Amino acid sequence: MSAEANIRTLTIDGADISARADQTILEAAREHNIAIPTLCHLEGLSEVGACRLCLVEVKGARRLLPACVTRVEEGMEVTTHSAKIDRYRQMILELFFAERNHVCSVCVANGNCELQNLALELGMTHVEIPYQYPQLPVDASHPRFTVDHNRCVLCTRCVRVCSEIEGANTWGVMGRGAQSLVITDLKEPWGESETCTSCGKCVQVCPTGALFEKGRAGTRTAKHPEFLPYLRIMREGDQP
Amino acid sequence: MNVEELQQIAADAEEKRGKFDYEVNVCMGTSCLAQHSERIREALAKEAEGCGKRCHVRRTGCMGPCAAGPMVLVEPAGTLYAHVGEHDAKDILESLGREPVARLDPRLGSYFEGQHFIVLENVGHIDPENVDEYVGRGGYEALVKALTEMNPASVIEQISKSGLRGRGGGGYPTGLKWDTVAKVKGAQKYVICNGDEGDPGAFMDRSVLESDPQRVIEGMAIAAYAIGATKGYIYVRAEYPLAVQRLTVALREARRRGFLGNAICETTFSFDIDIRLGAGAFVCGEETALIASIEGKRGTPRPRPPYPAVSGLWGEPTLINNVETFANVPPIIRKGGEWFSSMGTARSKGTKVFALTGKIQRTGLVEVPMGMTLRQIIFGIGGGVPDGHKFKAVQTGGPSGGCLPEEHLDLSISYDALISAGSMMGSGGMIVMDDTSCMVSVARFFMEFCMQESCGKCVPCRAGTVQMYELLTKICKGEATHRDLDQLTELCEVVGATSLCGLGQTAPNPVLSTLRYFRHEYLAHIEEKRCPAGVCACSAAEKPVAEEARV
Repeated sequence: MSAEANIRTLTIDGADISARADQTILEAAREHNIAIPTLCHLEGLSEVGACRLCLVEVKGARRLLPACVTRVEEGMEVTTHSAKIDRYRQMILELFFAERNHVCSVCVANGNCELQNLALELGMTHVEIPYQYPQLPVDASHPRFTVDHNRCVLCTRCVRVCSEIEGANTWGVMGRGAQSLVITDLKEPWGESETCTSCGKCVQVCPTGALFEKGRAGTRTAKHPEFLPYLRIMREGDQP
Repeated sequence: MNVEELQQIAADAEEKRGKFDYEVNVCMGTSCLAQHSERIREALAKEAEGCGKRCHVRRTGCMGPCAAGPMVLVEPAGTLYAHVGEHDAKDILESLGREPVARLDPRLGSYFEGQHFIVLENVGHIDPENVDEYVGRGGYEALVKALTEMNPASVIEQISKSGLRGRGGGGYPTGLKWDTVAKVKGAQKYVICNGDEGDPGAFMDRSVLESDPQRVIEGMAIAAYAIGATKGYIYVRAEYPLAVQRLTVALREARRRGFLGNAICETTFSFDIDIRLGAGAFVCGEETALIASIEGKRGTPRPRPPYPAVSGLWGEPTLINNVETFANVPPIIRKGGEWFSSMGTARSKGTKVFALTGKIQRTGLVEVPMGMTLRQIIFGIGGGVPDGHKFKAVQTGGPSGGCLPEEHLDLSISYDALISAGSMMGSGGMIVMDDTSCMVSVARFFMEFCMQESCGKCVPCRAGTVQMYELLTKICKGEATHRDLDQLTELCEVVGATSLCGLGQTAPNPVLSTLRYFRHEYLAHIEEKRCPAGVCACSAAEKPVAEEARV
């Protein structure tokens, strides 16, 4: 197949764009500086399509499609922002804030939080949906890190990075629905986990203050998940 | 196994039948078994030994009218007895060849009028654990015919021609699905039977698996031949122990007779089936979650595409159909696609099995041609609402469906008609409600179900169902305002439009349909703090129900 056959042309928000056939709408849009909000997506990890913030309108499609997993197609007409999509995203974001105890002013990630940034980006000024105020545990048994379920958005980045990059498979999800929790091993305290290598990748990829390094506060809690794509490229380079 | 051998098995079964003048068939479905029908069978068998008549007492599957159980069917007279007890054994045996026992008359009225048995054609007539009896009634004729006289393409052509659509709820054309999987290239293809029936009030698939498991196995084998698969899985809920037990026996028997295994019918076609048990998650009825569950992973759905037809079980092309869909396949191959498509409406062909439950005279399992009206089913077959109460609504499609009011009773049943009325076919649960049901609390019940069964992967379903449930609770308690109703409507829209899988996308349906047809009941709760049906304790100082739902 020639290189040309692998190129697709489409429009995103009216702009003509060309992309490789194996790219997603999200990748194509970001390459052209078109912003689509995401939360569960992280470059270097597999996609789960769970946060539903990247939903876009594709002309001819019956439903809204998640940009992170939808491949580009020839002649596709994508709309990333409309009154309807913006309203949906706002409500999804409110659902995130209301389901657990996201109180920014007393959070270690205040100022370095992707959820908080999304709220600013999407212009969310207040949450109309009633807060659930669930009683959730904090596990500080690990010598270096802490997991605070009150801040968790269940994006499963920690689960994916631990399985796909570190290969330790320490993190998992238990329970279902609103009772879901990310857990280490079979819900052992993190500090007693026999599989955890204490590599800290989960902490770096966590978008909120759910996973954080002990003894840091304020600006020093900034996370650095950008190592992932480099790691991927280096590993791919090693392969024959 | 070849045609001659098949005919020989059928002839032997016939000969065995011929040794008896009478057959006394005792229902061994879950609901009759719960009323000790096994003891009744033993009593009948004991009586039969000493009565001097040539009589065969047989265990069979569900005969349909479950509310009248335990059921006994006497052949060849075709006499049906209801509410049979051990002490009735003597009278039943004595009555053989004479007048039926009057006191055991089921008084079913028009229960069987208008019913048409395709999927349920063998129920009440065969022992579900005896493969030869299935063959005796035409079983495996279709598989042998497909393997010896047809090529895969012509099998798919007949299924396409029949107009059969998926009976699990979605109504996707079965022929098209088979054709897609057949065309995808793959070293190893799979056939999966979805028996994870979980809708409240639905028991069609359970009954089919308990009563006629060979039919499902035959349907799967034909599908495997058509698409080029060699391995199949039946995913059945662990909550259906009897279905699992009968399936296990049925698979063993099918292998023994050579309908499964290597070189079936002396052809190059090999196929075998394993059972996988569901661990009680409703979401595992969703095809991608079901596949993840079979793979041993957490049962959560994933975005489609890729569809299982392209990348399913272990990344291989996979055909996944519902129990009832597979059960329709053997008769279609036996009698041809045109025969099947002659029944039903323009776009919904054949028959559909429904589980009639709720406030209805005659609860049970019915099979009717598509296009029959809801009124015919509920008032004709089901005998209407008992105890002088008034019909209010019928719920179809489980937690994904909706409630239809009296003005829709003359709706002809088809996939499209039900969807345009705001409900859906679903897998076939049909719950009838009378004037003692509060529609807000019905919507709340289904929302509670969806909330508890949400897998938690995507946020609109995980958090949205909790919020909707709490708003409905607020309305039920007479504490809600118009603003709450607006918020509920908006949440319905967002959750329906943005959820990842069918569970979340259809979770708002019971609310939307009750809002559409019974808005006045919502308004009575909100404006007058009153429950018109007298179900909800409005403004009562009871403990908030919502507390339990919180983490």
